[in-house]
Amino acid sequence: MIDVKHLTKWYGPVLAVDDISFHVAKGRIVGFLGPNGAGKSTTLKILTSYLPATSGKVTIAGHDVLSDSIEVRRNIGYMPESVPLYPEMRVRELLMFRAALRDIPAGERASVVDRVAERCWLSKPEDVMRRRVGELSRGYKQRVGLAEALLHNPPVLVLDEPTIGLDPNQIRAMRELIQRLGEDHTIILSSHILAEIEQTCNHIMVIAGGKIVADGTPEELRQKVLGPSQVMVELRGSDPSELAGAVKSLAGVRNVTDSRTGDWTRLLIECDGKADRRAEIYRLVSEKGWQLRELRHTVGSLEDFFVQITYEQNMQAGQRMAQ
Amino acid sequence: MGKALTLARRELTAYLFSPIAYIIGAGFLLLSAGWFFINIRIGGEASLRPLFDGMAVLMVLAVPLMTMGLLSKEFDSGTIETLMTSPVTETEVILGKFLGVMVFYVALLASTIVFLGLMIAFGRPDPGVAAMGYLGMILLGAAYVSVGIFASTLTRHQIVAAIAAIGILGFFVIVMGLVVRLGVRPWADLAAHLNAMTYFRDFSRGVFDSRGLVYFLSAAALFLFLSVKTLESRRWR
Repeated sequence: MIDVKHLTKWYGPVLAVDDISFHVAKGRIVGFLGPNGAGKSTTLKILTSYLPATSGKVTIAGHDVLSDSIEVRRNIGYMPESVPLYPEMRVRELLMFRAALRDIPAGERASVVDRVAERCWLSKPEDVMRRRVGELSRGYKQRVGLAEALLHNPPVLVLDEPTIGLDPNQIRAMRELIQRLGEDHTIILSSHILAEIEQTCNHIMVIAGGKIVADGTPEELRQKVLGPSQVMVELRGSDPSELAGAVKSLAGVRNVTDSRTGDWTRLLIECDGKADRRAEIYRLVSEKGWQLRELRHTVGSLEDFFVQITYEQNMQAGQRMAQ
Repeated sequence: MGKALTLARRELTAYLFSPIAYIIGAGFLLLSAGWFFINIRIGGEASLRPLFDGMAVLMVLAVPLMTMGLLSKEFDSGTIETLMTSPVTETEVILGKFLGVMVFYVALLASTIVFLGLMIAFGRPDPGVAAMGYLGMILLGAAYVSVGIFASTLTRHQIVAAIAAIGILGFFVIVMGLVVRLGVRPWADLAAHLNAMTYFRDFSRGVFDSRGLVYFLSAAALFLFLSVKTLESRRWR
């Protein structure tokens, strides 16, 4: 449905998107995950044909975004990050206006608007459709933005940060709505919140510094990201090198690093594969008569991975600034 | 064309909800009424000509205030993004904005018919002059509005757009007139050809001159074309 090949975008001297390629099959919900400034919004703006790419080729439903832009726009419903709306218009009036721009025949507009409004929970408190957009709360504006994107029932939905600025209840409602929409739309959305993407999407692309740094289903990603399992232990009873040496001689232990915290020694024990060696370590400690104050199995999470990516991107940006 | 009309209607409704439209309307009518009464007393005769000439100069200030937000507001709020990701072309957007403002402009112009009514009550104004004067005002308005729209495509700041439009219009309407008056050749001759008032005075005298028609219409076409190109330019910048 969405096909991106070697997409690159420069904003003057700044490289925003760096040679990315991906394909989104019909009916998938794909999440772009990345820190602020990673190139998510830029990529989405190119997909919707709002911005041209510096180089590369993007096709949506078989139409090229550059040469066949109008046809691409007909196939896409787009909600930009800030959800820009005309504040002086009433909700119904705005949706009717958008429906007219979307080539929906005059006779069908009212019923289309009603249907979409119901889907986006705009019809419930009776007066919402009659209120001025400028008077609405952030959550309602977001729903109006989504309703706009859905009017022409597009095969592809592009949602830039659909849950930003919403309260927890609204976030949950939005998430459910997106999942329901995923049944008959191909959706591509962006977020810088991992939990968001993990729960809504069946495919995640992690973007940082304009590049796709990881890509897969949430499960695959977790498998890829998780390193070897680690055990952290704090104990005392002998000098650090002896403690480390004894632990290292255990079966299945790959590497041990020691550090001191007061008169306690902290050992970080890297084990082979995903094995959990806590029982063996405890047995060793009790045989030797050492004192133990903490014994913990640590598993790398997607969160850690994401934090690390963000950190690296910021470091690189910092270095570029310094140069 | 259908979409341009949809856009024009939205623009016009947005106008009616913004205080700026009423301020411009009231300001324009107040100033042109003042101008009308001053001229009626001094001249002592019911001539429409000074009224039209005065309105043409007043519009140099009024029109840029009408057009300043047309695109700059869309850039500033980001609505340009949802607009340009809808299946509408840049030409339709510019044309829609143009038509929307022209309706407002003509409505404002129509309210000055009150002055004409007063003249009929106290004298015998020439109906031919009145008709040509209003035709001239509409042609002049089309050119002014196009310049205003062009200025509005250049920036996301409304005030900057207004100042730019007043600058361009002031150059063709007022500065050129001053150069003509200075009379330094060959500049004065050139200025006479570029001066909008040279052409407008034919209309306000009650004379139809095709040169004026061509001047105003081609100015409108040129600036609308430039507006479309500036709006498109985000695609190749």
